[in-house]
Amino acid sequence: MKAGGRTRRRRPPRAWLGALPLLVFAGLCFGLPAGALLYGAVTRTDPASGTTELTGEHLQRSLQGPYLTSLTGSVELSALTAAIATVFGVLIAQAVVTSRRGALRGAVLTASGVLANFGGIPLAFAFVATLGISGVVTQIGHLDALGWNLYSFTGLTVIYLYFLIPLMVIVVVPALDGLRPQWREAARNNGATAWQYWRHVGLPVLAPSLLGGFVLLFGSAFAAHATAAALVGGSVPLVTLKIADALSGNVLVGQENVALALSLDMIVIAGLVMAVYLPLQRRSSRWLH
Amino acid sequence: MKAPRRTRPRYWRGAVLAVAGLYFITPLLSSFVFTVHVPNQGLTFEAYSGILSADGFTESLFLSLSLAAATIALALLLVVPALVAVRLGPPRLRAVVEIVCMMPLVVPPIALVTGIATVLRWGPDHFSRTPLYQTFLAVQNESFPVVLVLAYTVLALPFVHRSLDAGLRAVDVPTLVEAARNCGASRLQVIVSVILPNLRSSLAGASFLTLALVLGEYTVASLLGFRPFAVWIVSVSGAEARMSVAVSLLSLLITWALLLILSRAGTGPSAPASAGAIPAGAAGAAAIPAAASATPAVGASALPAATTPAAAPIPVPGKE
Repeated sequence: MKAGGRTRRRRPPRAWLGALPLLVFAGLCFGLPAGALLYGAVTRTDPASGTTELTGEHLQRSLQGPYLTSLTGSVELSALTAAIATVFGVLIAQAVVTSRRGALRGAVLTASGVLANFGGIPLAFAFVATLGISGVVTQIGHLDALGWNLYSFTGLTVIYLYFLIPLMVIVVVPALDGLRPQWREAARNNGATAWQYWRHVGLPVLAPSLLGGFVLLFGSAFAAHATAAALVGGSVPLVTLKIADALSGNVLVGQENVALALSLDMIVIAGLVMAVYLPLQRRSSRWLH
Repeated sequence: MKAPRRTRPRYWRGAVLAVAGLYFITPLLSSFVFTVHVPNQGLTFEAYSGILSADGFTESLFLSLSLAAATIALALLLVVPALVAVRLGPPRLRAVVEIVCMMPLVVPPIALVTGIATVLRWGPDHFSRTPLYQTFLAVQNESFPVVLVLAYTVLALPFVHRSLDAGLRAVDVPTLVEAARNCGASRLQVIVSVILPNLRSSLAGASFLTLALVLGEYTVASLLGFRPFAVWIVSVSGAEARMSVAVSLLSLLITWALLLILSRAGTGPSAPASAGAIPAGAAGAAAIPAAASATPAVGASALPAATTPAAAPIPVPGKE
């Protein structure tokens, strides 16, 4: 915060009224659905008598059988893609940061900003045209003979990286910029090898940013639904696909409450992710300014 | 700043960038080849020429665009006054507004939809004999589903908040408001003719991001049973594989062009519309030397370093 600081003015009365519409809107359009979700996830209404009682049944069911498989599938896919994207994102960012061409930096960062904004349906179809059954690269490389299948866990991994890597580049470039050349020179003058510099100076300073970036990517991959829905439909067990199935009544009737419980599981996981991310973000700004 | 002399050439950098370039360009090129080259027939541009006359294309695109316009208007109307109020009102308000705007990041879109669907089911279940029932029907009108506007506004809040908050950081709101009020301007006049002109690029940034979000949004719309653009693409993909790829490619390129214009204009997109990035703004802004902090004319992006190649001069190691 630069603007403001110590002001010597009286605060105008009723200034907070400007925020009222936003708070009312959030309460109605976000609070109400969230409350309904929570309520439906932990209660059961008997259709015969119309009485409602608290129950842990839905949450319990959402942590069993195929539902549990879909949760672990989502967590595995998100962790794997986030880890790979973290490594490649850092490599690309480091290549850009240490490059002497300002134009390259500008181009890569702009492209990353654009690509990171892309998930969803168009991305899925671009990959169908590339690596799908009759995709161009599949045909040229005869990948089907090698057992390649886009509509699988591996295929989704390849696609998710397309928007996760640019996201990591965006997140980590400012952190890499913050590594001062003086530290490197000091390390070198004291006889440290490049490996020792990274081991004892670079990585410890970067660690909060890297971990924060990983957590952010994990959250993005975990919440993604459209790409997977357009591609695999249901062949890969993912929690977002399971919720969509339960909602659209593709499975047994009366699954809505399990969908709500699954959504609650997702929110808990996403909340944990945020709880890890925010303190890390504060820590990472300690050295890097 | 001077980068230390390299003692050995660094091939790894070229290799990394080459591999990355290949990975990111291949799907785009392949998509194009896929749409214009039919095996055993040769080149044809039918996939593109047939789009405009395709069944449902214009309706769904029009629906998406009008939803986007309504979402942008609603989001800005809610967030601008709130952020101005934050700078004038009690200090605790800032935290409240920020938490409210960031909450949607913790709730994945699919979870939001399950919540909304539950609320919508209350209509026939509990309110069928009350005037409220008409409201439930009205927001789900096929031709213009208000419920989607509300949901999209919730999803867009984090991006809009961040973009505008970064823009307002460069504006001394209390002083400007006080000066304008002393000159006899009304509250509305202050916002319209003093605050908004200072936020031009942030407003553009927030609007573009919201537009990209709404045009590409599939999850909420498909699960609530509406058919805007993204849902339409999926629905034609079965029968018209080539055309669905062509439309996808075009919408990718158009969205990218919009976002490119945006980042050239000085405010950059820095969050994925699909997933919702938490700002790296704190770390990002902190990494920028004070001298390079963006001015209102340029627009303070949440990530000046990452997204304003044309804006503030960022010292590049070895450049100086």
